[in-house]
Amino acid sequence: MTDLRYGELEQELRGTVREMLSAQSPPEQVLARCEGGDPYDPKLWRTLAAEMGLAGLAVPERYGGGGAGWREAAVVLEELGRAVAPVPYLGSAVVATAVLRAVDDRALLTDLAAGAATAALAAPFATAPGPPTDPTVRAAGDNLTGTVRGVADALHADVLLVPTGDGLFAVPADTPGVGRHPLVTLDLTRPLCDLSLAAAPGWRLAAGPESARAVAAGLTAGAALLASEQLGVAEWCLDTTVEYVRTRYQFARPVGSFQALKHRLADLWVEIAQARAVARHAAGCLATGDPDTPVATALAQAFCAPVAVHAAEECVQLHGGIGFTWEHPAHLYLKRAKSGAIGFGTADRHRATLATLVDLPG
Amino acid sequence: MVAIPPPPPPRPADRPGPPIDPARVRQLVEQFLAGHDPAALAPREFLRARFDAGLAWVHYPVGLGGLAASRALQPVVDASFAAAGAPDNEPRRIGIGLGMAAPTIRAHGTDEQRRRFLRPLWTGEEIWCQLFSEPGAGSDLAALATRAVPDGDDWVVTGQKVWTSIAHQARWGLLLARTDPDLPKHQGLTYFICDLTAPGVEVRPLRQLTGEAEFNEVFLTGVRIPDRHRLGAVGQGWQVARTTLMNERVAIGGGAQPREGGLIGVLAQTWRERPELRTTGLHDAVLRLWVRAEAARLTAERLRQQLAAGEPGPEGSAAKLTFAQLNQEISSLELELVGADGLQYDDWRLRRPVLVDFAGRTPGYRYLRAKGNSIEGGTSEILRNIIADRVLGLPSEPRVDTDRPWKDLPR
Ligand SMILES: Cc1cc2nc3c(=O)[nH]c(=O)nc-3n(C[C@H](O)[C@H](O)[C@H](O)COP(=O)(O)OP(=O)(O)OC[C@H]3O[C@@H](n4cnc5c(N)ncnc54)[C@H](O)[C@@H]3O)c2cc1C
Repeated sequence: MTDLRYGELEQELRGTVREMLSAQSPPEQVLARCEGGDPYDPKLWRTLAAEMGLAGLAVPERYGGGGAGWREAAVVLEELGRAVAPVPYLGSAVVATAVLRAVDDRALLTDLAAGAATAALAAPFATAPGPPTDPTVRAAGDNLTGTVRGVADALHADVLLVPTGDGLFAVPADTPGVGRHPLVTLDLTRPLCDLSLAAAPGWRLAAGPESARAVAAGLTAGAALLASEQLGVAEWCLDTTVEYVRTRYQFARPVGSFQALKHRLADLWVEIAQARAVARHAAGCLATGDPDTPVATALAQAFCAPVAVHAAEECVQLHGGIGFTWEHPAHLYLKRAKSGAIGFGTADRHRATLATLVDLPG
Repeated sequence: MVAIPPPPPPRPADRPGPPIDPARVRQLVEQFLAGHDPAALAPREFLRARFDAGLAWVHYPVGLGGLAASRALQPVVDASFAAAGAPDNEPRRIGIGLGMAAPTIRAHGTDEQRRRFLRPLWTGEEIWCQLFSEPGAGSDLAALATRAVPDGDDWVVTGQKVWTSIAHQARWGLLLARTDPDLPKHQGLTYFICDLTAPGVEVRPLRQLTGEAEFNEVFLTGVRIPDRHRLGAVGQGWQVARTTLMNERVAIGGGAQPREGGLIGVLAQTWRERPELRTTGLHDAVLRLWVRAEAARLTAERLRQQLAAGEPGPEGSAAKLTFAQLNQEISSLELELVGADGLQYDDWRLRRPVLVDFAGRTPGYRYLRAKGNSIEGGTSEILRNIIADRVLGLPSEPRVDTDRPWKDLPR
């Protein structure tokens, strides 16, 4: 059985990350960035990736990484979720890192670990782990052509990891022939873009089944650890709401003393406690290469994604009018939660996966 | 159920002793088995000796069936005994004793009480029941009206208890009674150990919606209880009852399980074995419940790991709430899944079961019995109040009942 608790070092890590985020990227500031059109916070990313060395947590030590692993990365994601931080951690330090680990690419992993570069898997953010779909990019020699829609964390990436029918390629994002078209997204804090490649030159990282395995590893890591980000989102929503209803007076009493609200919040707390166990299980399985990882991952998305959405929806509702007001950050969390529930496949898709994995056929 | 002080700190003898590791514990069991052949001894003799060797519940103090060791070692001990084919104490049959009476006596009993009651409790020679609820006091347990009046070295108890599970089997009852009606309700209570064979105790079966009678009405008429069977100080009954209630919820909702260990396993099995019953809508419902049951299982497992590491979290108060919801929804779906078969019931006779057998009976029984899960041991509404007040720290609802003398409260 995986260890579902947080170790002492993980708690320390959490403390450091939380402190840094609350100083450098409070929700109001995230909102201000979103209003500016591009939420990406390069300074914050530099702090996280280069100065704190957190981009390399899951990179092997021999490539300059922390060699720690996914459990620690999951803790970082909880905090990033809690802060709706606009940084490409999930895309680069988790998904792309898992892909590159699968193909054991020393050069790129070394760059990612050092915070010298970020990478993104050129797959739609809504792609669920599972049987590979037909690639939308073709390779002619080392030149790639095609489009990929709705890719997360690619807008500012240095390297794109592009699956094709002819294997997996790395393409420098600033190469001529690469077009990145930012989308207007529901989630203001996780930018998406459409990629277009017109004979863009790259180099092959893997071919055949190895390529498919690498992509699957990336998507699985993303789906498994997105659950931790969702946990963080849900925790912020609950904490913020509890604080608010304790201090908001109507009818000459705190609205948090009305049982109709107390019971809803109690139920939410129970759900979040469960999401924590589920997310820890997924991260633990991923970290140890447990054979239960596919089940743990599908379970994590089927369970944690709806919990985050529920928490964010309750947060908006129980804040009343201010919860519907742009200047309050609640909507950033609602948008992050709802988009996350589609990212790496909807809960329904993951239930369908479970049906196969645990022998409950339709 | 609010504003209750925390249970008392452990006594010196309850604190963990020198660390005992799994290898050492296995060795102790082996030594014990070398001197006590389970095949040769009567089960009762065997269990008594196991208790005396400190191998009953290893986290209990030395001399009271334990080794003052970590609770995490108990599964090791139980597994070693099971592997040797030793008889167990049929824990499901004595759930109230093990889950509620024992921790309460351990925490609040005198040395004499601990020595007298814990051994036969653990061996299963004496069965326990919980004489708390009354017709006028369920959720609002502290409002209870059963009176205990001092008389020489005895107390004389008169009142009525209701929904008392297993009283028809029990030798002893955990009794909460009012000793001072002039005080506010939480302050006038005292906790007793009641001998169910004493004159004046009458136990009548109370039939429940499943047709059977697990529980009873218990009438107490001038029952004499010696003062040495008082548990905790006079007027401290509510604090003592807190220990019982907290342990009750853990006992009902807790426990580590394998995947598909609970009712979800029954549903999944039926799904697998009877493809002709499947529809798209039911499929989705089965999968949703499977996901929630697995999440609840991992949550219980996480709680167990935290407890074993000596870092209990507040998740315990949620376990029973979740358990009740899931049991009800799963059994409800199962009944729909089996369709026409669900129109039948196995047995409406007034039976007197000694334990709840969810798996051994039909879907209709499971559906009906699960309705009790959100009522027994604190209703789901009360559990939500507890989580909101104590875990989330939300302000209490305005109250009118905590400061006035009990006798002046409306009822
Ligand atoms: C199968 C079973 C076994 C039992 N075994 C035992 C036993 O062995 N010993 C024993 O002492 N008792 C036992 N009980 C009794 C049980 O503890 C009580 O039934 C329970 O505490 C509820 O009390 P009540 O029945 O008086 O309902 P009430 O307290 O009258 O509740 C009625 C409804 O009001 C709700 N309600 C009450 N107060 C509040 C509030 N403050 N906020 C919101 N909602 C509220 C309740 O949730 C419930 O829905 C058993 C019950 C069952 C069903």
